[in-house]
Amino acid sequence: MNEIELLNWARGPGLAYATIIMVFGLTLRVFEILSLGRAEELAEVRGTGVSDGWKMILKRSLPEPRHWKLITASYIFHVGLLVVIFFFIPHTQLFRDVFGIFWSGWPNYVIDFFTVLSIAAMMYTLVSRFVDPTRRILSKMSDYFAWVVTFLPLVTGYMAFHRLGIDYTTMLAVHILSVELLMISLPVSKLTHAITFTMARYYTGSTNGRRGIQS
Amino acid sequence: MSTSFEQGINTLKEVIDAPIASYFSSCTNCGLCARACIFYTETENPKYTPIRRVEPMRRIWEQEFTLVGKAKKALGLSKEVTEQDLKDCVELAFESCTTCGRCSMVCPVGNDIIYMIRRMREGLTSAGLAPKSLQEAAVRTLEKGSVMGFPMKTLEAMVKAAEKETGIDINIDKPDVDYLLLLSSAEVMQFNEIIASLAQIFKEAGVSWTFSSIAHEAGNPGMHMGASDIEAQMINRIVQAAEELNIKNVISPECGHAYMAIRWEGPNVIGRPYPFKVYHIIEVLDQLREQGRLKTSGSELDRITFHDPCQAARRGGVNQPQRNLLNMVSSNFIEMKDSQACNWCCGGGGGMNTIEKAEPLMQKVFNRKRNQIEELDVTTVVTMCATCRNTLEEGIENNNMNVEVLGLTELVANHLLKEKK
Repeated sequence: MNEIELLNWARGPGLAYATIIMVFGLTLRVFEILSLGRAEELAEVRGTGVSDGWKMILKRSLPEPRHWKLITASYIFHVGLLVVIFFFIPHTQLFRDVFGIFWSGWPNYVIDFFTVLSIAAMMYTLVSRFVDPTRRILSKMSDYFAWVVTFLPLVTGYMAFHRLGIDYTTMLAVHILSVELLMISLPVSKLTHAITFTMARYYTGSTNGRRGIQS
Repeated sequence: MSTSFEQGINTLKEVIDAPIASYFSSCTNCGLCARACIFYTETENPKYTPIRRVEPMRRIWEQEFTLVGKAKKALGLSKEVTEQDLKDCVELAFESCTTCGRCSMVCPVGNDIIYMIRRMREGLTSAGLAPKSLQEAAVRTLEKGSVMGFPMKTLEAMVKAAEKETGIDINIDKPDVDYLLLLSSAEVMQFNEIIASLAQIFKEAGVSWTFSSIAHEAGNPGMHMGASDIEAQMINRIVQAAEELNIKNVISPECGHAYMAIRWEGPNVIGRPYPFKVYHIIEVLDQLREQGRLKTSGSELDRITFHDPCQAARRGGVNQPQRNLLNMVSSNFIEMKDSQACNWCCGGGGGMNTIEKAEPLMQKVFNRKRNQIEELDVTTVVTMCATCRNTLEEGIENNNMNVEVLGLTELVANHLLKEKK
């Protein structure tokens, strides 16, 4: 297989397989959670909790000023990652081709800025897992694996765009393959949190809402 | 109840529900929960990171309730939870956690970590690992209806003393009255001025109320242990009392965990809704204030602050009533930094104050509360939980601080406007 064939496989069947695995896997994960059920609340509630659940999903996305030193890097990389995924012009074209939905991408220099920022922020989060005793004792192989598969698409995308390292075609293929690795890792790793955080926040927010708790 | 390691594991499997599965699926081990926990902030020991307290439960969840975990288990890639794992967890789930729930306020993915720790305690108790002092407290409560083991005649003596002091008749087992009043053991023994205080407040407000001889305390060691069968027995006693006396409103005492047990967990552990409503005493006093039935005179001029009990405020949703009452009787009420839902725990709740070996740690973590109080330069700390009050009094004494601790009901009673009738 030469680099053109590799790129074509990555763009074609590879992407299709990765998408199927990701969608099927994440659906299974959500089902695994939902199938465990949640006991009915029998105490007299102060509210239904439904709107509080939704509010919690949004509210916990806001930065927590009390712990800004600890969360800034994670916050930057999450925002940066979303910007790069959804606003890099070639990505928007891919979404248009696949889903038929189009929105305007952002200029390359903006995307470049967010990419570098995200890479730096991710490096910081990795270092902090080694240096901070609390994070070190908590961190498991699964955390480092999640870091690696998230980091690779950022770096390979940056290298492909700037024609760094190996030839462009191969680098682009590697970039797409790294994205596919990220996609198939989503349901089987810590990265599942990208979906299940909404459920976690909803459950907590709705319980709080029923009890009239500030959340 | 019979206990064994296997039963502990089975209980842990049974308590894992959709919220817990979503929490474990979402945790990224960021460690932010540690920064919200006094046992971590005051010791800087990473072992006290809240999410670590439920690690055995996480492993059971992964191995039993996820496809990936099952595959890893089948391939021998994951370790099963051992008896030693559960034994090691006792220190983390019981002896260094008040279940105050501050960790649940900061988790970026929204995990209610304390909900998990409470379930972890259930597993440990089923495995026969509940701290002995909590087990003894549960036995006392089951046998005598009192956490500290005071029989009804002790309360009767207190009631007589309060009647003598106030000249007001206090009912026991009177049916069809507005409220059934429950107390905590600490109120019966140490802070029994609350009986006279409430007798006077209720008389002035025109409220009819009674004690019950079959359920006079709301403290529930079954909840602390995570023994839902024991918790349910204690709750059922209160339900029986309210039903037999045909009372539609039950008052939880100034005790945060009692409020959590009777107000929020009770119907769920007995498996049916109550035929009555439950209020924290401070909610009742605030309702009376709002209706114009609670009138006070004079105002505290000294600087006072308020300590929000975790289970009533953060976990129970009672945040405003205490502030309404404080502002009614004080012109110099100052909020603590990080008050209400984010208040720092006193360090004594969740059954920790019964565990002797936890005493040095309790004293150490009081440092946070000491700093909070000292930076406000107040003369009085008011609270609405007997356990918090005890912990504050001990901490203040140990640290040679010149601060008085008061219960809010008592403070309101001190300012009660008595109308001549």
